[in-house]
Amino acid sequence: MKYLLKLIFSIRESRVGMIGLAICLFWVLVAIFADVLAPFDPLAIVAPMASPGFSSEQGILWLGGDFLGRDIMSRIIHGARTVLLWAPVATACAYAIGIMLGLTAGYYGGFVDEVLSFFANMVLAFPVLVLLILIISILGASPLSIVVAVTFASSPAVFRLVRGEVLSIRSRDFIAAAKTRGENIFYILFIEILPNAKAPLIVDACLRMGYTTIFIGILGFLGLGFPPPTPDWGGMINENRAIALVAPHMTIFPCLAVSSLVLGLNLLADGISEVSKKI
Amino acid sequence: MLLLILRRFSVLVLTMLAMSLMVFAVLETNPEGLARKAIGQFSTVAQRTAWLARENYYVSVSDAEEKVAFEEKGYVTFSVNEGDWLIAHAPEEGVVYPDKKISEMVDDEVNVIRALQVPMAKRYVTWLGKFVVGDFGYSYRYKVPVSKVLWPRLLETGKLIALVLLFMIPLSLLLGVLAGMREGSFQDRAFSFISIMTTSVPEFASAVLLAAVFVFWLGWLPGTSSMSSGFSWAEMVLPVTVVTLYATGYIARITRASMAEVMRSHFIRTARLKGLSRRQVIMRHALRNALITPVTAILLQIPWLLSGVIVVEYFFAYKGFGTLLWEAINNTDPFLIEACAMVSVVVVVTSQLIMDVLYIYINPRIRFQ
Repeated sequence: MKYLLKLIFSIRESRVGMIGLAICLFWVLVAIFADVLAPFDPLAIVAPMASPGFSSEQGILWLGGDFLGRDIMSRIIHGARTVLLWAPVATACAYAIGIMLGLTAGYYGGFVDEVLSFFANMVLAFPVLVLLILIISILGASPLSIVVAVTFASSPAVFRLVRGEVLSIRSRDFIAAAKTRGENIFYILFIEILPNAKAPLIVDACLRMGYTTIFIGILGFLGLGFPPPTPDWGGMINENRAIALVAPHMTIFPCLAVSSLVLGLNLLADGISEVSKKI
Repeated sequence: MLLLILRRFSVLVLTMLAMSLMVFAVLETNPEGLARKAIGQFSTVAQRTAWLARENYYVSVSDAEEKVAFEEKGYVTFSVNEGDWLIAHAPEEGVVYPDKKISEMVDDEVNVIRALQVPMAKRYVTWLGKFVVGDFGYSYRYKVPVSKVLWPRLLETGKLIALVLLFMIPLSLLLGVLAGMREGSFQDRAFSFISIMTTSVPEFASAVLLAAVFVFWLGWLPGTSSMSSGFSWAEMVLPVTVVTLYATGYIARITRASMAEVMRSHFIRTARLKGLSRRQVIMRHALRNALITPVTAILLQIPWLLSGVIVVEYFFAYKGFGTLLWEAINNTDPFLIEACAMVSVVVVVTSQLIMDVLYIYINPRIRFQ
């Protein structure tokens, strides 16, 4: 925790990191204060097919209305809440499983490592999207199945990263010292090894959050994401796709929202990796 | 070296077997559910049973075998002959009638055979055998055998991916090399910024944005790529651009990192100090070493490319593998889903094998071990 704060404070040394942090903070604040910021109820029908800046009786639709007449700006603001709730949850699940298995495989090595690595490589070899679509098609579209699918698809990558870090840390002297002291295995894994691998893990977590945002967007876009009428960026693009060539504003703004969030996360990851080398 | 390739090959075969087992476990272990998917939610038990019998999920047995099975498992499943789809009906919901004779239960007009569910292991072997010889079953969405619709679609996707690679490889390598050549220069920062931008915009977003600009505002390009009136280059432009944009950034970043690392190394400094020109150093010494990683990364990208292609095909209504998979999922067409999953596994594993061979070939450190 202290390390995390230190990272965030020292990030001002990196310009890209600052831009990334600003974008991410913007979206986090939008998500938290969605109820205050959104001019309309995201599900209320205001003005069908309104173009951006249209002033209806209830107020101005700055970004226009969608095919049913719901305010696009309010839906994007509430969509930020959807994605910023489920993307971290899914990433955290992937991390929990990836770290557990990675620590086990890296520390014990041998047969355990062989078997776990084989399965990880197998899942990684599968085209991610095909995997996600298959899982969603079996479990049905719901937030929970999205979390399960993303966890299943990304934990092998986390596993590989953690395993590699453990392998390089395992042979260091302080691990031998801890073993000689007779520390138990959990102490060695979580207190001695894991904190020493935190820098690459934090960077990767940022990037992976970006991927997860993209995955959730793609699933929504393919009509396999959150069930309507949940305000969800990918889902908004899918709903309005049929008339996208007549009224492009309905799809452009959600796209810009997704892209900016992912860009923010990627820049933040870049900044952190730059800064973490110094501290 | 041959031994190394053989060893990698056997690992890949093992991977494919494990993956096929996974696909089978997920999609085939519940025959009743499979039948429901294939012939519809509102089919009757008898219709589903008839379907299962026709698709060889059940085998017919004699009286004696039925008795043995009944004593072992406590129940017997029965099935109806092919051709009796519509008139066949089971007396009640459910297929398990432990203490009745089948002939007592069913009307005379229905031709009943005794049948047992085929054991899972045996079914897996026949299922896999069928895949190996290219018999993928029947597509209930397209009303033709799966292979009739799968191969042409795969060919279309192949065209798309080939075009993407054709543009992506030179573009990303050039960008990465130029950026990595002088670390920290303006050129480096500008190219790095471009590549981080392109990797941040997901395919569906760049598809929407490019379509808005080139189709809606400028009207230069067609908005769909269904190729309804034969192959058209104009319809290929947007799909290829979208996938290329996304993939280029990633490879360019890898190339940049690899190039920058090589440029920092001692042998480059030695070559420079020896008096060789910058140009010679880069062309002769740096590039060869710097391009090993990106080349392998490009082939590792193929699973990702396949994902991007699915999105793009769906957006532009391109009749390829991606839309096929999407339609299969949306219409719960079981054999088509299985075939798509297995084919994508084969494609990915094959590309990995090619990568391994290529890696051995271009990396002398491994070749001469």
